[in-house]
Amino acid sequence: MNTIDGLTVHHHRDYTGAKIGMWVFLFTELLLFGGMFILYSVYRTVHAEDFHHAAMELDTLVGTMNTLILLTSSLTMALSIALIQTGRKKSSILCLVLTIAFGLWFMVNKYFEWGAKFEHGLYPGSEFLLQHSQGEILFFGLYFTMTGLHGLHVLVGVGVLSVVGFKMLNKPYEDIVFAGPGVDKLEGAEIALLGKSGQKMWSSEVIDDSVERVSVRLKYRPVGKRVRKEDYALLENSGLYWHLVDIIWIFLFPLFYLIT
Amino acid sequence: MANHAIVGAGAYVDFYKAKRYPGVLSWILSTDHKRIGILYLASMLSFFLVGMSIGFLMRLELIAPGKQLVDPQTYNAFFTLHGVIMIFLFIVPGLSASFGNFFLPIHIGAPDVAFPRLNLLSWWLFIAGGTLAVLSMFTGSGPPDTGWTFYAPYSIRTGTNVILAAFAAFVLGFSSILTGINFLTTVHRMRAPGMGWFRMPLFVWSLYATAWMQVLATPVIGINLLLIISERLFGIGVFDPAKGGDPILYQHLFWIYSHPAVYIMILPGMGAISEIMPVFSRRTIFGYKFIAYSSITIAALGSLVWGHHMFTSGQSYVASTIFSLLTMLVAIPSAVKVFNWIATMYKGSIHIEAPLLFAMSFIFLFSVGGLTGMMIGTLSFDVHVHDTYFIVGHFHYTMFGGMGMAFFAALHYWFPKMFGRMYNKAVAKMAWLMIFVGFNTLYFPMFILGWLGMPRRYYDYLPQYQGGHVVSTIGSWILIAGILIMLSNLIRSLRTGEKADGNPWGGTTLEWTVPSPPPLENFEKIPHVDRDPYDFEGVSAR
Repeated sequence: MNTIDGLTVHHHRDYTGAKIGMWVFLFTELLLFGGMFILYSVYRTVHAEDFHHAAMELDTLVGTMNTLILLTSSLTMALSIALIQTGRKKSSILCLVLTIAFGLWFMVNKYFEWGAKFEHGLYPGSEFLLQHSQGEILFFGLYFTMTGLHGLHVLVGVGVLSVVGFKMLNKPYEDIVFAGPGVDKLEGAEIALLGKSGQKMWSSEVIDDSVERVSVRLKYRPVGKRVRKEDYALLENSGLYWHLVDIIWIFLFPLFYLIT
Repeated sequence: MANHAIVGAGAYVDFYKAKRYPGVLSWILSTDHKRIGILYLASMLSFFLVGMSIGFLMRLELIAPGKQLVDPQTYNAFFTLHGVIMIFLFIVPGLSASFGNFFLPIHIGAPDVAFPRLNLLSWWLFIAGGTLAVLSMFTGSGPPDTGWTFYAPYSIRTGTNVILAAFAAFVLGFSSILTGINFLTTVHRMRAPGMGWFRMPLFVWSLYATAWMQVLATPVIGINLLLIISERLFGIGVFDPAKGGDPILYQHLFWIYSHPAVYIMILPGMGAISEIMPVFSRRTIFGYKFIAYSSITIAALGSLVWGHHMFTSGQSYVASTIFSLLTMLVAIPSAVKVFNWIATMYKGSIHIEAPLLFAMSFIFLFSVGGLTGMMIGTLSFDVHVHDTYFIVGHFHYTMFGGMGMAFFAALHYWFPKMFGRMYNKAVAKMAWLMIFVGFNTLYFPMFILGWLGMPRRYYDYLPQYQGGHVVSTIGSWILIAGILIMLSNLIRSLRTGEKADGNPWGGTTLEWTVPSPPPLENFEKIPHVDRDPYDFEGVSAR
C-alpha cells in the first residue's frame, strides 16, 4: 500500500496467483534440466559400456548420504509449512533452519566429493581425463555440469529459505484496508488519535461517500493467531522450489551413481 | 464494457503525473505495467536502431564484390550482432513486452499484472542482457563471429567474445521467462468480472499462447547457452567432437527453443492485427474462436517442427520427413488467421488509416514469408536453397514483414492511447509507403539471389550476383528513410501532436473506455464486462 500524490496504489495479494506463478516457474526449471537429461540419455545410449566403467569411479556412499540428507531436508521443509499453517511460528522457523542446515551439509559433502576427484586429476579438460575413452570424458563432463548446476540450485535454495526465514522473524507491519463494500459501514464515522489524558491529537474528517478506502497500518510482532493464508504463500512457494531441487537429485543419483 | 462514456479530461490524473520518485527514477523504479511497457518500447526501439544501423552497413558492404567498407572478420561480427540484437533484443520481447505489458491488464479489466515487481525485474534483466550484448562488441578478444545461432563446434573454437554474448542471451531468456510467467498468471487470475475466456480480446489470446511458449521453450536454450559457456571455460566436451560430443545435439537443443521462438515473435503481432482489422473495418472479427484456437494450435504445432532447420545437418531421413510434414501442418492455423482477417474486411466500412495500412502489409508480407516457408519446409526444395539468400529473404519476410509490420501497426494504433496525442496522419501514411516499397526492394531480390545460388553470410560474391545486391542495397536506403520518417513523426507528436481523446479510432475493447493516457490504476472502478470484445453496437464511428 503506497500513497502517491493522494492516489492509493493497491498491490493486491493473490494466494492462488502466487502458487500458479511458482508452478509455472518450476516447469521452466524442469525443462532447463530436461535439456541435460536429453544429452545424458543420448550419450549413455551411444556409450553404455563407458558410462558403466566411469560410474564406478563415483563414491556411492557419499551419494547415498547426500540423498538421505536431501530427503530429510524435504521432510523438515514440509513440516515447516505444516507448522506455520497451524500458527506455530517458532517451530516452523526451527524446521526452516534445519532445512537450511541440511542443504549446507549436502554442499559440504559435495565439496569433499568434488575435491577428491580434482585431487585425482579428474575434472573436465584435465590431462588425466583426456586419456580416457570418449564415453568416460562425456560421463564426467555431464556429471560435473549436472551436479554442479544442481549444487547451484541448492545454494540458491538455501539463500531463498534464509531470506524467507528472516522475513518471518521480522514482519512488523500489517495494513488493514477497508475498501469496497466494507467501507460504507464507516460512513459518518471519524477516526481520531487520543493522547494520555484523552485529548485529541489528530482526527480525520468525517468519512463520507467520497472515501474509497480506509487504511490502518499496524506494527506488530507476529504471533500465531495473526498468521494468515497470505503469510505462508512465500514459505510454501520456496518449499516447492526446495522439493524440486530434491526431486532433481533423486534422478541424478541413480543416473550417475547406480548405473554400474 | 457496460458503457462507453469517456471520463472528461481533468476529471482524472493520468499515469504520467502519478509519480512516486523524481525524474528518471519514476520510470526505472516503477512497477506500473504502463510505465514498464513504455520502458520496454523505448529500449527496444533504441536497440532496433542499433541493429538497423549494422544492417545498413552490411548492405553497403555488399553493394559490390570485394572489400568496400570493412574486412571479412568485421563483416562476420556485423551479421552476428545484427542477428543477436534484432532477435534477442527486439523481436523476441517484441509486442509482448511493450504493448502486451501496457495493454494486457487493461484488456482484461485489471489494475496491473499479477506480479508487478517481477515485471520490473524482467525489464532490468532485459537492460542487463542488452548491456552485456553491447559490451561483447567492445571487450575481450573482439565481437563474436558465430552468427546469432552460436553453432558448435565453431562457437567453442573461435577466439572471439562468445562467452559474453551467449551469457547476454541467457539473461535475456530469463527476462522473457519472467514476462511469460507474469502474463500467464495475470490472464488466469485477474480477468474482470464477466470477462470470460471468450470475451478476451484476441491480442490477449495471442499473448497467452506466447507466454506458454516463452515459459516452456526458453529454458532449453538457456541450458544450451550455459553448456556452450562451460564448454569454453572448462572443456566439458558435450558438444566437442574431439571429446565424443555431438554438435548435432547442440542444433537440436538450439532449435527446440529457437523455432518456437519465431512464434513467440510473431503471435503477439498476429494478436495486434486481430485488434486492428475489426476496428478499421467497423465489423466484428470473423471467426473469433477460430483465431483464438489457432493461436494455441500454432503454439502447440510450432513446438514440434524444429527439425526443419536441420534438413542438411545429417539428421535421419525419417526425422526429416516427419518434421517436414509437421511444418506443413503449421500452415493451417496460420492460414485460418489470414483468411479470417480478410473475411473481417469483407463488406466492412473500411477506414484507411496508418494502422490499417501497416496491418494489411503485414498480411501480404507475412503470406509471402509463410508461402516461401512452405517451399523450404519441403525436403527436396530445401536441400537446394539451404544456407542461401532464399532463407535470408524468407525469414526477413516473416520476421520483419510479419512481426516488424505488426509492431509498426500496433505503434500507430495504440500511440494515441499510450501518449494521449495523435501523430500527423499524412506523414504516417507516407512513411508506410516508403517502408513497404523499401522492404520489398530490399528483401525480394534475396529470393532470386538465393535461387541462383548466392550463399548467406558471405562477405564476397561472384560478379553475376551484383545486380540483385545493388537493388537490395538501394531498397535498404528507402526502407531506412521510411523508418526514420515514421519514428521522427511519432517522436515529434509526443509533444506537439494534437490531443487525442479516449477513443480516437472508435475501438470496442476496454482500453478505449478509459481516458488517454489511462489513469494510474487503469479503471476508476473495475469494469463489469457484459459484451463481446468486437461488438460495435453503441460505439460511435470516427
